[in-house]
Amino acid sequence: MPDQLLFAMEVTLNGLMAGVLYALVALGFVLIFKASGIFNYAQGVMALFAAMTLVGIMKGQVPFSHLINAIFGTDIHYFGWHVPSLIAILLTCVVMVGLAWCVQYFIMRHLVNQEPIILFMATIGLAYFLEGFSDLMWGSEIKKLDVGLPQGINETIDRVTFDWFGYGFFIDNLDIVATVIAALLVVALVVFSQYTREGRAMRAVADDHQAALSVGVSLNFIWVMVWSVAGFVALVAGIMWGTKSGVQFSLSLIALKALPVLMLGGFTSIPGAIVGGLIIGVGEKLFEFALGPALGGATENWFAYVLALVFLVFRPQGLFGEKIIERV
Amino acid sequence: MLDATQDQPQSAAQAAETLLEVNNIEVIYNHVILVLKGVSLQVPKGGITALLGGNGAGKTTTLKAVSNLLHSERGEVTKGAIRYRGETVHDLDPADLVRKGVIQVMEGRHCFEHLTVEENLLTGAYTRKVSKGDIDADLEMVYTYFPRLRERRRSQAGYTSGGEQQMCAIGRALMSRPETILLDEPSMGLAPQLVEQIFEIVKEVNEKEGVTFLLAEQNTNVALRYAHYGYILESGRVVMDGPAAELRENPDVKEFYLGMSDEGRKSFRDVRSYRRRKRWLS
Repeated sequence: MPDQLLFAMEVTLNGLMAGVLYALVALGFVLIFKASGIFNYAQGVMALFAAMTLVGIMKGQVPFSHLINAIFGTDIHYFGWHVPSLIAILLTCVVMVGLAWCVQYFIMRHLVNQEPIILFMATIGLAYFLEGFSDLMWGSEIKKLDVGLPQGINETIDRVTFDWFGYGFFIDNLDIVATVIAALLVVALVVFSQYTREGRAMRAVADDHQAALSVGVSLNFIWVMVWSVAGFVALVAGIMWGTKSGVQFSLSLIALKALPVLMLGGFTSIPGAIVGGLIIGVGEKLFEFALGPALGGATENWFAYVLALVFLVFRPQGLFGEKIIERV
Repeated sequence: MLDATQDQPQSAAQAAETLLEVNNIEVIYNHVILVLKGVSLQVPKGGITALLGGNGAGKTTTLKAVSNLLHSERGEVTKGAIRYRGETVHDLDPADLVRKGVIQVMEGRHCFEHLTVEENLLTGAYTRKVSKGDIDADLEMVYTYFPRLRERRRSQAGYTSGGEQQMCAIGRALMSRPETILLDEPSMGLAPQLVEQIFEIVKEVNEKEGVTFLLAEQNTNVALRYAHYGYILESGRVVMDGPAAELRENPDVKEFYLGMSDEGRKSFRDVRSYRRRKRWLS
């Protein structure tokens, strides 16, 4: 097989894996948008907050240590214990549910029946608040996250492909794990929203707040639930991205990578987020591979947006988005 | 043709038990807009009570005050009391009221567009903690009243016709196994034949399931034919009430709401420059 084709295949595979990571972030957006019609600008920061909390708990860091030390003149930073990653993940989940409850209690509860743009503004405010808050709580230095996920080149794939093609593919173990987890997550979410009572209520709330109220659905409960689930998804995304590139401020910028994925897949479709992620992952890697050198490189920064723009023109609701039902 | 009040020997007995009592309530939106200025009414168990009046008279607000959907629209009951079975209810959640057996069908249907018709019906049973078998039995009950919904059960509600959406909304309310349904403007935007059909089903549900109805309606003519008792609202006050049969014969009601005078129905030419003979409130 010609080398070029083999390279392209490897690039495609890596693109798929990267796409899964984009999709993980996009999923969080879709969940909240589906349930409340809110575009949650804070989703990326939630991933950052989740990852920072996870690292903090694992290392036994004292939350708000800078603040405490500044006020009381003490010098404490660590409790001096280490928490196993599984327990730390569970504890972080509890924190994310707490965050969901706070968001609902202090912000969303007061904005029932308001224009979507006002809710959007509220999430922008939330994003910047949360960014500062996580720095205050856990400190702003770059942290290393290692929850024991396998990393580095997958030897098996390398060997097998070498035997077949005489060229070993480089696939990161972490990407494989991310793919498996994303697949499980999507199946769980689809089953939840399509086939359970709470899932149905969630979609009902998304369609019509007032009507949902009128049949006795508690908006408060549904929204805490949705933000919690979005929090879990943010945690998963935070773990994956954090393990890959360290836990730091730039983690919150992955939200920007999720935007074109959403435009492509549709804001309301869980499978759409995945397919959109994959298309963008593969698309930008192949594009860079094929035309990058000719265009002077760095096409990954803008390719996704151009692709999304083209889609917007021809199919505004995205590939899998709900059709906008218009009739009287 | 259909005179609900004729076959009402039981109505005297029913009048004894008042299910819902609204006592002199005042409702203010946004802390400034006074919409209801002292509305009182009583809904007897097992009856169909109609709330009549023109646009902006306060019918919808009265229903929403009862079902407590006012809060999400920044409205507030500032005076008076609403009692259901003798219990004060105006500080309860809408969900609590649904559990107590009071559910509202909102004006303009408000189906969940992207859910299928069947899923819409299932959300009606959200507050009930019962087995799947019971829910299926109730679905069957709703489909018997609305055979049309059975045919459309797998379609997204947003793509069904206005009549089907109204049926879906009423069916959804029935799924909560309510004691009282607050039905807001079921005739809105529907062809006269469909309106008749919907009211026919309301009457059937009322008789067979024993569901009490409080319905707000602009279509005075139809409403008074199916209701047992009527209240007429104007500018946030009750200006007249009485058994439906009496209201239908009342000359003022005839003239103001049924478009009839002593000479019978008028043509448009005569009413073009029409001015009401009198107003109830000056």
